[in-house]
Amino acid sequence: MQEEFNEIFLKYHEIITLGVYGTAIGLMLIGLYAILTKKNLVKIVIGLSIFDAGIHLLFVGIGYVKGGTAPIFSPGYENAGNRMVDPVPQALVLTAIVIGFAVTAVALSLVIRLYKHHNTAKIDQIKSLKW
Amino acid sequence: MKKVLVIILLVIIGYFLAETFINIPFGENRIGDINLEKPTAAGYYLSNTTEKSKVANVITAIVVNYRGLDTLGEVTVLFLATTGIASILYRRKEEEENAETERLSLPSSNIVRSGARVLFPTIALLGIYVFIHGHLTPGGGFQGGTIVATGFLLMLISYKGFNTNHNRMVWIESLAGLSFIFLGIWGLISDNTFLGNIPEVGKLNSLISGGLIPLIYIAVGFKVAVELTGILDILLKIKPKK
Amino acid sequence: MIAIIIIIIMAVLLLAAAIYSVLHRDLLFAVLGTGIVSVILSLFFYLLQAPDVALTEAAIGIALTTIIFVITIRNTSRDEDEIIDKENEKL
Repeated sequence: MQEEFNEIFLKYHEIITLGVYGTAIGLMLIGLYAILTKKNLVKIVIGLSIFDAGIHLLFVGIGYVKGGTAPIFSPGYENAGNRMVDPVPQALVLTAIVIGFAVTAVALSLVIRLYKHHNTAKIDQIKSLKW
Repeated sequence: MKKVLVIILLVIIGYFLAETFINIPFGENRIGDINLEKPTAAGYYLSNTTEKSKVANVITAIVVNYRGLDTLGEVTVLFLATTGIASILYRRKEEEENAETERLSLPSSNIVRSGARVLFPTIALLGIYVFIHGHLTPGGGFQGGTIVATGFLLMLISYKGFNTNHNRMVWIESLAGLSFIFLGIWGLISDNTFLGNIPEVGKLNSLISGGLIPLIYIAVGFKVAVELTGILDILLKIKPKK
Repeated sequence: MIAIIIIIIMAVLLLAAAIYSVLHRDLLFAVLGTGIVSVILSLFFYLLQAPDVALTEAAIGIALTTIIFVITIRNTSRDEDEIIDKENEKL
């Protein structure tokens, strides 16, 4: 399917640009909406992880090169470096996904602790600052 | 009212983001010619990885070698997250004794337990395969470690009596971290840079190649597997509310 | 031609799953929505020639993030507004 993706890329350039950038920006806006309007802490963390997903898609989308292959050399194609996509954003996103998981885990453990203390996970019902 | 304000704000943010990304054409080649005297960073990595590092997977070379210090920091962040979760969810001794056997309120069925026993070695083997072959195929320490942690998760949720050996986990974690730093110092001695490489071993696209890169990625794989298993173990041991 | 339709369907499904997981009142379904977002996102990474990132997203986004959200919901409340729980406490 990847070869076909490269072929149709030239034909429907605008649609694919809209598909990748539009989806990434859409995911970021949906995540931001959840962070700003929701009152439940678990929902806010869900919004954070969706926001993260949008940023990852945006980075990998910027690194894509028309007609490029994945940055892995196969035997016999040692000089194929000119036809590869940008590897730097991919390495960055690889790091960002793992760090994002660590952030989500710490945030959720804080939510569990808050729920045990206040018996609620809604931020408008948590009145005291000390816990 | 609040929702309307938020939607107006989001429309403004979305407009400016779209305005910015219209000027970055999708799919354009921004690497340039990689055989120039002074290529871009991506061009340097693409043209030098096969000759100087003898690694087929360029992303592995970037993550472990060129940006190796970042990976050391990343593994440290994962370790700190595990420690942080353990201290956030800390319980006193008497609570601990009450909650000892209550990992699950309901025991899992016989089918799940038999299936988990068959699947666990396969999943662990797949994970180990992924991080040993990190320099040849897609994958590496982080992916393989996560797959191994998924296998442990399957055992943790299907067997009530399955406990991870805490001492052994601490030992594996510390040894993996220490060997990462030891391999980095080895690179410092042989290549004059911390986490430098000695690529004269083996030839491209064979299992034994790439110098220190596969060894470092195997250490990262063990460390990530143990840390993620630790996070899941801590979270699954919380006493559920009545 | 089939491929372009698949890409459009993937983009629409991705946004639909994200909106579903933000708007649904039952948090367990919302978490499953984030799992679907991760599945389609990893397909996107595969199409954009990033197999390493696709593998990471598949392992971490689908399996581990979903399971820690589920553990959190088990220890807190399943309903977003916590109405059902409060009624159960009265009974």
